[in-house]
Amino acid sequence: MKLPIFLDNHSTTPMDPRVLDAMLPYFVEKFGNSASRNHAFGWAAEEAVEQARKQIAKLINADSKEIVFTSGATESDNLAVKGVLEMYKEKGTHIITSSTEHRAVLDTAKSLEAKGLATVTYLPVDKFGMVNPDDVRNAITDKTILISVMLANNEIGTINPVQEIGKIAKAKGILFHCDATQGVGKIPVDVQAMGIDLMSFTAHKMYGPKGVGALYVRKKNPRVRLVAQMDGGGHERGMRSGTLPVPLIVGFGKACELCEQNMAEESARLTAMRNRLQAAIMDRLEESYLNGHPTNRLPGNLNISFAYVEGESLLMGMKDIALSSGSACTSATLEPSYVLRALGVGVELAHSSIRFGLGRFNTDDEIDYTIKKVIEIVTKLRDMSPLYEMAKEGVDLKSVQWAAH
Amino acid sequence: MAYSDKVVDHFNNPRNMGSFKKDEEGIGTGMVGAPECGDVMKLQIKVQNDTIVDAKFKTFGCGSAIASSSLATEWLKGKTIEEAQQIKNTDIVQELNLPPVKIHCSVLAEDAIKAALADYQKKSGDKTEAAQ
Repeated sequence: MKLPIFLDNHSTTPMDPRVLDAMLPYFVEKFGNSASRNHAFGWAAEEAVEQARKQIAKLINADSKEIVFTSGATESDNLAVKGVLEMYKEKGTHIITSSTEHRAVLDTAKSLEAKGLATVTYLPVDKFGMVNPDDVRNAITDKTILISVMLANNEIGTINPVQEIGKIAKAKGILFHCDATQGVGKIPVDVQAMGIDLMSFTAHKMYGPKGVGALYVRKKNPRVRLVAQMDGGGHERGMRSGTLPVPLIVGFGKACELCEQNMAEESARLTAMRNRLQAAIMDRLEESYLNGHPTNRLPGNLNISFAYVEGESLLMGMKDIALSSGSACTSATLEPSYVLRALGVGVELAHSSIRFGLGRFNTDDEIDYTIKKVIEIVTKLRDMSPLYEMAKEGVDLKSVQWAAH
Repeated sequence: MAYSDKVVDHFNNPRNMGSFKKDEEGIGTGMVGAPECGDVMKLQIKVQNDTIVDAKFKTFGCGSAIASSSLATEWLKGKTIEEAQQIKNTDIVQELNLPPVKIHCSVLAEDAIKAALADYQKKSGDKTEAAQ
């Protein structure tokens, strides 16, 4: 086993070596511009791009013409929300989204609101982080033009009832955008069955290269149109100008193909591994709390709060394991994770949270090592924690008058 | 964010971590911070003849908060009450090389020292001091 261990697969994933192999010919040898229509260099590039488009579309049950390449999911989210609003603003300017979306959606919505271009409803989530489809239905007005709800949350892994939301959107004739960045490649995604009109996703979360993503844009029933957010050569059906990064796209395609081929096996393996990690930690450590949905969550996701210890110190004590925390000790505001807060997790438990993100290349040995380390460090830091000491003495921490600073 | 070697050292090998027994004489306790802010420090001093002979801490917080309080206990030992009053958060920032986002950890440590000293003075029965 090699250290450090990478257990932060929601932030990014290592590239699969098979993806790199597929990409390599497209840097030096087949370097053409896929938009060059008049020579063999361009044709070779175009062929590779179209092949990748098919691989990507197949994974989500779309038509290859419905894939618009972008630089990543953040750009896809921006293009979807801003592009739709600009196209359909005569019909209305009301957008419905949820409070646990990625900031690429939330901050896009907020910026449109701040400019007076849109009104936005931010739906609450339940204690597991799920959006209630009834809330979506009730939020719809005659001015609503877009519903944007994520497939799976990046912090807690909770999977939303996207299919039901898609049905509601369809029935009301409202476009449905889904940020599926964490879900595509990990769980089955079918834009037809789920009633999705626009969908953001990216290669580097599924063992592909960084720097390329896609926006699925439905071509029929309905035909979705949007205003490009960048002017230029009119690539990608006029929705996103810019020379296509052919090697990255080839890698994206290969990554999708591998995910499709291995999804059932990989999902079962990661779920079992995750469950073992969860059980071993939570059985051994009292007052550890699962954040997110107990079952309806991404296979590789585990988010736990360890009462009485602070997240950043936990990470510091496990330097050889790459993890992430909902603590915000370094942020200027001292505000911990807005996602955990939206579930109703107390601020102090939000400060105490750790996200484990398991992926394709993690091994059982790494999980064993992690279990041992987590138990060690939580025990050590609780020994050091005045809150744990007080709780053990029977002090109700909520009754203490703290001097907030 | 990279931690300084000194912060890492205090975090891995905390000095004077723990609590004094409830019935020990000459103890002053300071507890500052709040769980919802992500850090709480408990700092204790043991005083004999106006000199701090021992100090202990327990901290809930990030590595820099733990290091700041660990360092504070080291500095407190052997100092008189008067000398202990002079410890400034800026001294801690300098010693631990704390980055700007972590300065609040050093402020908290200074507050904890002040609170422990005040608690001792209050308990030691000095009626004039008790007024505070």
